Amino acid sequence: MSTPVPVNTSNVPRIDAETWRPTASWEALAARARILQRIREFFVARDVLEVETPILSRAAAPDETIDPLGGAGWYLSTSPETAMKRLIVAGAGPIYQITRAFRAGESGALHNPEFTMLEWYHPGWSWRALMDETVALVQTILGAGAVHEFTFAEAFSRFAGVDPFADSIETLTNALPGPPPEGLDRLELLDLILTERVEPAFAALGGVVLLTRFPAERAAMARIDPGPPATALRFELYAGGVELVNGYQELTDAAEQTARMLAANRKRAAAGRAPLPLDGNFLAALQVGMSDTAGAALGVDRLVMLAIGAQRLAEVIAFPEDRA
Amino acid sequence: MGDMLNHNQLRQGTRVEIDELPWIIVDAQFVKPGKGQAFTKIKIKNLIDGRVIERTFKSSENVIKADVVDREMQFLYNDGEYWHFMDPASYEQSGLDETQVGESRLWLKEQETYLVTLWKNRAIAVLPPPFVILTITKCDPGIKGDTVSGATKPATLETGAEVKVPLFINEGERIRVDTRTGQYVERAKD
Repeated sequence: MSTPVPVNTSNVPRIDAETWRPTASWEALAARARILQRIREFFVARDVLEVETPILSRAAAPDETIDPLGGAGWYLSTSPETAMKRLIVAGAGPIYQITRAFRAGESGALHNPEFTMLEWYHPGWSWRALMDETVALVQTILGAGAVHEFTFAEAFSRFAGVDPFADSIETLTNALPGPPPEGLDRLELLDLILTERVEPAFAALGGVVLLTRFPAERAAMARIDPGPPATALRFELYAGGVELVNGYQELTDAAEQTARMLAANRKRAAAGRAPLPLDGNFLAALQVGMSDTAGAALGVDRLVMLAIGAQRLAEVIAFPEDRA
Repeated sequence: MGDMLNHNQLRQGTRVEIDELPWIIVDAQFVKPGKGQAFTKIKIKNLIDGRVIERTFKSSENVIKADVVDREMQFLYNDGEYWHFMDPASYEQSGLDETQVGESRLWLKEQETYLVTLWKNRAIAVLPPPFVILTITKCDPGIKGDTVSGATKPATLETGAEVKVPLFINEGERIRVDTRTGQYVERAKD
């Protein structure tokens, strides 16, 4: 009689009665398909070309607060921004892309580490023109309604009673409904006030809200107006209090872009996060020269969620993080 | 100091130690402006006194995992101040006061086994099984044959709990009760 070979079953996935199922209903998945189609129709009608860029890349644009996923010298894209700007420098006209983006550790009702992003660019456009187009796109999906616009300073003054550029740390702390974690800096306090006070007020307003002119330190890849106060030529579009679109008058200066990426890496190191390799191809393209361009990114999962009145991304993603 | 939890591990049902007290997370919310700091907002319930508070953590912060275990223990007796339980394996005994026993006291029957929560080896809470079988010590006489009207009457159980029972039930009968809702389920099958 032969000795039975022991079988290691620890790697066999758990056979669970429920977790194999999609978390999204068929109605939600059908709405998702329709919305993707309508986004494409919107851009086709405006002669914006659909493009594809790598999801897997050797470089990851360093950002102070976004951690990429990856391994073995490769990163999953956190955004197609740098690759699409290389296409702009190479002579593309207006372009758009619907792709997957990945961000480590972002999971919750409005976050999934893998998500669907719409990103588009208009060479020669100003960010104001792009804001108008963004509103038109969002209203195509969510329907017509009121459009409100506030600068960052106006919104914080009106909905949280503070001056985000001038008030003391103590005053900003007191604007929060509860005690914040200890040792937050000004920008972190503003992030918390934004989510705790300002976004709920946006939800109560209804329609869509454009929030503009963020503090310069939160410019990311947007051009900065020196002010004072220095502000980023950047906008966010909110619907139902949910951050849906982030748009820029794009930074085109290669030296400043390099300096910002190095600064982001220094802040990452200070916060105990690994520094990220600069994207040499992107910086080389900027040195060749990018025309004035406006660009924006939209969270497609969130758009579908809002369109069908869902509360969580899991209702519109077939297999979210915990079932992927 | 116990094990540490990162912000991704702060999920509903996780038990954490904050301000040197044990809590259970009843709600966890991840918030992050696209280009900004990530925070995890948790709503936590104190495992000792039941109060609920909210706390916000930066995503880079770690939270201590509470040194809490649930152990099957036998209820021995109530001395008027403390409810005494015994670990049937080690014979170790622990006492819980009225606040710690809370609503569970309605379902505690001597010699039965319950789930006792121990924090740093100290009993802090007790949970009855979802269903218990208890004897009715007081109720109006049963009305024979009335099994359909849906009408109920109050009945007192051996533990002192009061439940609504159907009219056909009699004093001295044993019934099955859902401890989560405090509702009568059925006559106990012997």
